[in-house]
Amino acid sequence: MGQFGIGQPLRRLEDPRLLVGGGRYADDARIEGQFWGVFLRSPHAHADILAMDLAAARAAPGVKAIFTAADLDAAGMPDMACEVELKSLAGEAMARPQRPILARGKTRFVGECVALVVADTQAHARDAAELIAVDYAPRPAVAGAQAALRPDAPRVWDELTSNLPVHWENGPVGPVDAAMAGAAHRVRLRIVNDRLVPAPMEPKGALAAWDKAASKLTLWAPTQGGRRIQATIAKRFLGLEQEQVRVISQDVGGGFGMRGQTYPEYVALGFAARALDGAVKWRADRTETFVSDYHGRDQVNEAEMGLDAQGRIVALKIHTVLNLGAYMAENGPRLPMEGGGRIIPCCYHAPHFYFSVKPVFTNTVSTDTYRGAGRPEANFLMERLMDKAAAACGLPRDEIRRRNFIAQFPYKTPLGYSIDSGDFAAGLDQALRMADWAQFETRRAEAKRRGKLRGIGVAAFIEAAGGRAPVEDMRLQAAPDGSVTIFSGSHSHGQGHATVFAQLAHEFLGVAPERVTLVQGDTDVTPKGSIGTFGSRSSMMGGGGLKAAAEKIVAKGKRIAAALMQSEAEQVSFAQGVFRAGASEVSFAAVAAAAHDPAKLPEGMAPGLDESHLFQREAENFPNGCHVCEVEIDPETGTTEILRYVAVDDCGIVLNPLIVHGQVHGGVAQGVGQATIEKVVYDEEAQLVSASFMDYGMPRASGVPYIEAGFNAVPCKTNPLGVKGAGEAGACGAPPAYVGAVADALRDFGADHIDMPLTPEKVWRAIHGKG
Amino acid sequence: MHNFAYHAPASLDAALKLIGEKEDGKIIAGGMTLLPTLKQRLAAPSDLIDLAGLPDLRGVKKEGGHIVIGAMTTHYEVATSDVVKAAIPALAHLASIIGDPAVRHRGTIGGSLANSDPAADYPGAAMGLNATIVTNKRAIAAEDYFLGLFETALERDEIIVSVRFPIPEKAAYQKFRHPASGYAVAGVMVSKTGAQVRVGVTGAGPNAFRARDFEAALEKSFTAEAIKDVKMSPDSLLSDIHCSAEYRAHLVGVLARRAVAQA
Repeated sequence: MGQFGIGQPLRRLEDPRLLVGGGRYADDARIEGQFWGVFLRSPHAHADILAMDLAAARAAPGVKAIFTAADLDAAGMPDMACEVELKSLAGEAMARPQRPILARGKTRFVGECVALVVADTQAHARDAAELIAVDYAPRPAVAGAQAALRPDAPRVWDELTSNLPVHWENGPVGPVDAAMAGAAHRVRLRIVNDRLVPAPMEPKGALAAWDKAASKLTLWAPTQGGRRIQATIAKRFLGLEQEQVRVISQDVGGGFGMRGQTYPEYVALGFAARALDGAVKWRADRTETFVSDYHGRDQVNEAEMGLDAQGRIVALKIHTVLNLGAYMAENGPRLPMEGGGRIIPCCYHAPHFYFSVKPVFTNTVSTDTYRGAGRPEANFLMERLMDKAAAACGLPRDEIRRRNFIAQFPYKTPLGYSIDSGDFAAGLDQALRMADWAQFETRRAEAKRRGKLRGIGVAAFIEAAGGRAPVEDMRLQAAPDGSVTIFSGSHSHGQGHATVFAQLAHEFLGVAPERVTLVQGDTDVTPKGSIGTFGSRSSMMGGGGLKAAAEKIVAKGKRIAAALMQSEAEQVSFAQGVFRAGASEVSFAAVAAAAHDPAKLPEGMAPGLDESHLFQREAENFPNGCHVCEVEIDPETGTTEILRYVAVDDCGIVLNPLIVHGQVHGGVAQGVGQATIEKVVYDEEAQLVSASFMDYGMPRASGVPYIEAGFNAVPCKTNPLGVKGAGEAGACGAPPAYVGAVADALRDFGADHIDMPLTPEKVWRAIHGKG
Repeated sequence: MHNFAYHAPASLDAALKLIGEKEDGKIIAGGMTLLPTLKQRLAAPSDLIDLAGLPDLRGVKKEGGHIVIGAMTTHYEVATSDVVKAAIPALAHLASIIGDPAVRHRGTIGGSLANSDPAADYPGAAMGLNATIVTNKRAIAAEDYFLGLFETALERDEIIVSVRFPIPEKAAYQKFRHPASGYAVAGVMVSKTGAQVRVGVTGAGPNAFRARDFEAALEKSFTAEAIKDVKMSPDSLLSDIHCSAEYRAHLVGVLARRAVAQA
């Protein structure tokens, strides 16, 4: 509607506050008399803890207490559990060993929490932590998932017979093998999808405060919503009612999927605060975020695709080995089959499909959701396969995609998910047009005259958005002056909800965006059924909840307006902030005022204009798109420059193009980061050697291309706003588009695939046959 | 960070006296390496002796055929100095691409040379421009100064006062920048003065060094063509998670050719 409603490029309302330092992050919370916590972390990837001498540390200046696994065990604290249930084809359930909050007798990765030291200052706590004498007996360790599958590999869990907790398959391989045997063309590919750190700008940190009189714990921490963390800490760990824990996450400096989990540090701090009847603060430094935030990706995929003589897929086999880390994180083992598996085999129809997943324990940080969470891995694999299949079939890369695109909707995927809508061919055409694909060979020839290798890559991708939890709770409250407050279950940690939700309130109620206030991230205040934000769900879930709550407000408002206009509710219409009946009209603000004045309310009506809605989604939505990347390589050094980047996205109805483009830019930056410079490196002893920004390549503005972004909007059919999530698309499209472009540039050198990140040295080796 | 005593001496003599007296005192210049090390508790000096209060150690001047840069002069000051830009533009350029703006406004030439990080830029300049490191005790030729990984000829009671660069006829610096740290994966400073050519290499080995095979070829003919077949041996070069020694050796050749073409 009008200037500020759905589809309008309203600038972010939250930015002025954030830019002048008005953000309220976890580290901004402080309480008079608070203690400081410091975690002693394991320097060994795998070691028995034979003894721990705390005497010197306890006697150190300022030390209040030191907690170890023994203290938690004495209090009956349980371990952390992964709720994912998976079975092998034979019906064997996945083994799910649990993670102690603090290491109990053994450490399984570098950075594992061994003790929590609480002192009057952070410096005193650090000094004391250095005085703890831990007698470690190091054991052999293993960092790589494939190495961990070898029979003689060190075992991460003594309780298990191997490092493989389950071998999951979608079905028997036999029929797929039979179809594969009849294929005219077969292509194979082995792909390493490297491990990444999410690296949000705000490090983890928390303030846990126990209120003895109220018997209540308040935890300030950077989360993606807090409700699940509230429930887990209260019920599982502290033996409290859910309401006895309050989680506050007002502003959060980046989520990317790694903030939704109940990290062991938060549990330990909550335990310590209650034990000490006080407040304990903790602030991770950057190295701690590298060794304790859950990592992302880390898969090895081996795939085989069979195609008929016309280049149509007849069979597809994928073997995925996933590195879980030492402990199963909350989502860890399910990411390939439920994260990526919701969409696989992505934009294409594969009549016969076999999918094998082996999640593997290693002596590394746990892996969990990171921007895309399984979908970037699936799309990357499929797009690399399609490029290879194009060469095998003698078809152009765009043509083989067209021949295999899913075109009939709804489409049921091999794993049983239903894709409601999309027009993949239109997205492809639009992207190729914007990138001037047709004239590329002219540009390649011109570059060759300058001694440069030029290449172009295309990647079609599909996403699944909406997250696992099928509900979200949103509340709208109008004040007597007509201003509106949104109590949001969805949580913005960069997504711009204060802007987009204000636009929706404007669209539905006619209230000016600047008169809308967003309240989020406080479990005492946000609606009871709130979940939070992950899996690109807020436009559908939060937006859907807002729309329904606004409809309830309008319905009640009509009854109030009818009373004010001496009409009947059925006679009242509402549009653009004005209630009308015949020739009479009354503003939304006047109705809001009347709603708070019992004298003006219809008889028996409760005062106030305050409605909530627990939105229940019908289905997930399936954002998709097509990205084209053009690169030029300096063959002397392997240095690769992105010359052009086109991103066409179908995220359904666009609520705010500026916000969506921002999401695409951020996702592409992270995708280009993975493709070019990001990589977590463990050495043979499973020491993390890329534990700082000096060694871990974070993408910078100078490495991120100008992005020409376009929309191929196909409204979603299964949610009221017609939206599809926009948060993770960029991270899906960028890696295959970039790697495809480099492979194209190197087509004369026999290198059809290079594993990410494509460092100059790897590219140089491919050019010079130095494998 | 562990506790330490902080000293801000007002003279070089006072600084030297403190260094002599304190059991485990450490000199701090810009602190771009030392401060992160302290924050990570990887070093715990008893005393920090800050040279920031010594005005004599700061500034750029031209003395005859030399440019003399005070040890406490920041990278930003070198990069933007009209004197340096006029006499040795390659040196101003090198200073302008060290680290990031924060580093360039805090980090100093003396600090960089005293630390001798294998991937720092200034050691390559000192070698490639035939610089002399002047201390409170003596003048040390660059090729006698770098001894190994983070190891120099400096003695415990020795402080760099200035660095003297003879003004070459021509010079150029080429750097292959590490995407994460901004340090040199390899960096090559080439200079020509009369018949003499210097090729200083940083980033590739445990410390900065002269590439003498390249120098000899370039002294015959100062062209990129003259060194196209000269190969750097990877034997003593660094291999780490970022790059192999083989690739670094190759880069040195590429960068040397580009520097010659640019000079």
